[in-house]
Amino acid sequence: MDGHKKRLAKERLVFILLGLSAFVVVAPVVAVIYFLIARGASAMSWEFISQPPRMFFQEGGIFPAIVGTLYLLVGTIVFAVPVGILAAVYLTEYANRNALTRIIRLAIVNLAGVPSIVFGLFGLGLFVYFLQFGKSILAGSATLAILILPVIITSAEEALLTVPQSFREASLALGATKWQTIQKVVLPNSFAGILTGVILGVGRAAGETAPIMLTAAAFYMPTLPKSVFQDCMALPYQLWVLTSESFNPSPKFQWGTALTLLILVLGLNLIASIIRTRFRRKRAW
Amino acid sequence: MSDNLTAEPETVERKSFVRQASRAKKTRDNLIARFVAINGGVGILAILLIFGFLLKDAIPTFKHVSLWKFLTGATWQPDQDIFGIVPLLAGSAAVTIGAVVIAVPLGIACAVYLAEIAPVRVREILKPTIEVLAGIPSVVIGFIGLTIAAPFIQEALHLQTGLTALTAAVMLGFMAVPTIITIAEDAIIAVPAAYREGSLALGSTRWETISRVIFPAAKSGVIAGCMLGVGRAVGETMTVLMVAGNASNVPEGLKGIVPFFLGSVKTMTAQIASEAPEAAVNSPHYHALFAVGLTLFLITFGINLVADLALSKGRH
Repeated sequence: MDGHKKRLAKERLVFILLGLSAFVVVAPVVAVIYFLIARGASAMSWEFISQPPRMFFQEGGIFPAIVGTLYLLVGTIVFAVPVGILAAVYLTEYANRNALTRIIRLAIVNLAGVPSIVFGLFGLGLFVYFLQFGKSILAGSATLAILILPVIITSAEEALLTVPQSFREASLALGATKWQTIQKVVLPNSFAGILTGVILGVGRAAGETAPIMLTAAAFYMPTLPKSVFQDCMALPYQLWVLTSESFNPSPKFQWGTALTLLILVLGLNLIASIIRTRFRRKRAW
Repeated sequence: MSDNLTAEPETVERKSFVRQASRAKKTRDNLIARFVAINGGVGILAILLIFGFLLKDAIPTFKHVSLWKFLTGATWQPDQDIFGIVPLLAGSAAVTIGAVVIAVPLGIACAVYLAEIAPVRVREILKPTIEVLAGIPSVVIGFIGLTIAAPFIQEALHLQTGLTALTAAVMLGFMAVPTIITIAEDAIIAVPAAYREGSLALGSTRWETISRVIFPAAKSGVIAGCMLGVGRAVGETMTVLMVAGNASNVPEGLKGIVPFFLGSVKTMTAQIASEAPEAAVNSPHYHALFAVGLTLFLITFGINLVADLALSKGRH
């Protein structure tokens, strides 16, 4: 009986330690968010998000960086979303389980693990110099698109797989072709899941710095870009610029940029998770 | 009778019309299928393009330095065309090993806690918080490291600078934790309930069940999670660029390891990020940076491959 008590005491001790480890992981997250809000909130004003910077980040705001990031994200969506969804459709609806699909999946998993700076180098080599896009919104968007492809493909695949097989069978039995079935039955029923993946991917792209620092981002450019062949400012890159020694910006700019970026990225993630939960609750099957 | 006779040819006509229409639909469907299949290969295409372009731009490096000198050289001086990758490998190794020491125990403990122990309400708070951690952009983590963690570490350890391998390792450790938790937790949850019930029925405590039955059964998934966490740490760029100090150093013997860890290091990722924007296209320097990128690509590719093998082994 005593041995049993000892074992239970040991269990209690270990459980406390494990709980503590969870606390150690979570506490810094809370601290980081706290610091960003406490120091960044005072920077926030209408002027800060609607004005270009003046006198090398002494005055004005971060408008060009916000717009630049949005341009890059639109470009990323245009490149990545159609291809990503079709790739997922191929893997779930057309492909047989064979060596080829095994290799495709392996490639996607490994693509997800390629370091972001390597995407940057690749974009520099292929888009900026080889295809002669120059350091531009076009080159940056294309680079970011490849970076988020795995996110979009994987989550679209998951969404397509949740559509019950009986839906497909019913449609085919009514005489619809395979593509009609995919177009009118499978895709509409997995729309929310696919959208979630797209938003998650875009959130990822919004926060990436290393790929765009080699392919798209401008150091200081108070005017908005006029074509996709121009470079642009972007929130994550601007935060890095503001901490490098080249400028002596007001701390307001640093914390304000960091907070804006965090709100954008976490906001996108939040939207994605809201869509996911609402979809799960509303699902008809 | 006569009705039937006149009706007959009409049906035949309709049938052939339907057949024609369905044939048209079929060719259209085949075309679409082919188009979709082309898109299906985009993952392979991307990885081959990345590898191909890294290789193409890395190879000219070896006109200036031999592969052996590149891999064993201890100096990196672009202005004299000297490219030795050892300090960068040492820097990447230092921050990665440091990150692993922090992230692996924390991540595994957290995964076990989440999967087996945490009450539902605690879980509902922990899971989203960990998702938030995974979502914070690396440049923001770097910024926090620079403004808050580095001064703290400098003061606490009485160092000359807070921008050290240790600081980078701490930040990277926290960035790798969510990856480890998510995958390890999935693996633990996937262990069949019968294992758990069997062990408890034999009189084991919950902890004995976790440590001797569930954990061994989930081992390959946990290992895969850790490998992916390592991959994340090796490839992380902005955080390291901002907090590791970016001075090329190599540890001097075994005794030099602690001072090395408490001093500035430069990683492969930081080297590329800091120099690639300025390197003239097709200069030896430009090619050498691609050679570093290729090295980094091969290392992370290997790590991910091992993780993937462990995961698929766990599934069987």
